[in-house]
Amino acid sequence: MHIEIDEISKQFGITAALHPVSLAIPSAALVALLGPSGSGKTTLLRILGGLEFPTSGRVLFDGQDATALTVQERRAGFVFQSYALFRHMTVFDNIAYGLTARPRANRPPRAEIARRVTKLLDLIQLPAVGTRFPSQLSGGQRQRVALARALAIEPRMLLLDEPFGALDAKVRKELRQGLRDIHDETGLTTIFVTHDQDEAMELADLVVVMSMGRIEQIGKPADIRARPASAFVRDFISA
Amino acid sequence: MSDARLIPFRPATEETPTTRLVLIGLAIGGLGLLVFGPLLIVFAEALAQGWGAAIAALSNPDAASAMRLTLIIAAIAVPLNAAFGIAAAWFITKFDFRGKAFLITLIDLPFSVSPVVAGLCIILMFGSNSLLGGWLVASGYPIVFALPGIILATMFVTFPFVARELIPVMIEQGRAEEEAALTLGASGWRVFATVTLPNIRWALLYGVLLSNARAMGEFGAVAVVSGKIRGQTATMPITIEMLYNEYLSVAAFSLAAVLTLLALLTLLLKTALELRHADQLAAARRP
Repeated sequence: MHIEIDEISKQFGITAALHPVSLAIPSAALVALLGPSGSGKTTLLRILGGLEFPTSGRVLFDGQDATALTVQERRAGFVFQSYALFRHMTVFDNIAYGLTARPRANRPPRAEIARRVTKLLDLIQLPAVGTRFPSQLSGGQRQRVALARALAIEPRMLLLDEPFGALDAKVRKELRQGLRDIHDETGLTTIFVTHDQDEAMELADLVVVMSMGRIEQIGKPADIRARPASAFVRDFISA
Repeated sequence: MSDARLIPFRPATEETPTTRLVLIGLAIGGLGLLVFGPLLIVFAEALAQGWGAAIAALSNPDAASAMRLTLIIAAIAVPLNAAFGIAAAWFITKFDFRGKAFLITLIDLPFSVSPVVAGLCIILMFGSNSLLGGWLVASGYPIVFALPGIILATMFVTFPFVARELIPVMIEQGRAEEEAALTLGASGWRVFATVTLPNIRWALLYGVLLSNARAMGEFGAVAVVSGKIRGQTATMPITIEMLYNEYLSVAAFSLAAVLTLLALLTLLLKTALELRHADQLAAARRP
């Protein structure tokens, strides 16, 4: 799905988290929002997901104005920073949540839900953890379950907030490839937030460098490396 | 031959045997003097003239009416307080707004205001001398010296318990799980029922049990608003006091023993639930 961000701004009280920013994300792209903390990248992601509403501006999904859509209507697969798995449910129930939460009319039958959850568990290469609780999983496993849960609703896009932030370096490398594979397999427009320039440069097709609520530069990783648009970008990517 | 001398194991946080003995002794002595002693005396006094006398005292119509009234009050006030407590805790922890600190203070108010004062306030608000109370009495719905007033007083006194238990738990759990459920397409009510409520159920249970214990035991506020009409508005604690003042000590202590048993029963219920759901309690801890 093609996403267009048109002059979006966000005020929290008197502080501006986002100055009007505009950005076009082509369909099926894997995009990184890169920047230090406080740069507005998470706010932008949450506005796309419908968890935050902009003070001004518009969001367009495939050319349709989506600014007023509720979080449920957006159908965005969202992976949270600390994964936000439902701690009182098994992994199976976590992944099935989005399907069982549908209104009865278009809720798949129980056997179909089970089939889809099993398929997703295979996709994230954790076929045997369905009966466990989130507290019994490692950090990397939790992240993958969160991803499977987000994919279960057949989302129109995938939004990930610091998906690798809480993991150690080795697991982080493995899961980067995992995300790349899932993106390529599903063809979903995928946007992830990170403060790690290596991660952004290695993984993304398109990198959006942000600072202080503004977009500093948009470009392919190689272009940003070769031609940083500002002193900030040059500093940040060489760090 | 080795020169190594074994150093006896001693945890860094451990005190010397004497200190331990003194501290444990103080704790047990204090508990015995303040908790177990009085508890035993209640039952001993109730049965001072045998089971027959105690049962006879309890089957007195006034005592029976007091027990019925207390159970009715708890059955109405506790669920209402649970609902209001959940609503207040939800509002305070899941939303940001101006005046939050003030609202939290307001919820704590019943802890700091004397129950007698609370009772007097209800009389001033709803008594037959007030505008509202006069109209209510004229329309045949008296509040003061009747069940509604007692329930209002009980609810006021027990209001903080549920909210106070829930607020720290809900702050600690944050909003991420609710947000995740929303992004997965769940409606607000569904999020509450399937994510929020299961996460707070133990805190809610503790809050409800505390609230229930206090609702059944409340004396001050109820004494003021009930008018202490024997067989009509006298709750168990009030009946106990009246019987005691009339030197009917077996009757007073028999009723007191029943009240104590009700409290012990709730504690037992809590422990049983904890034992039964120990696995869930462990699994639900923060990952």
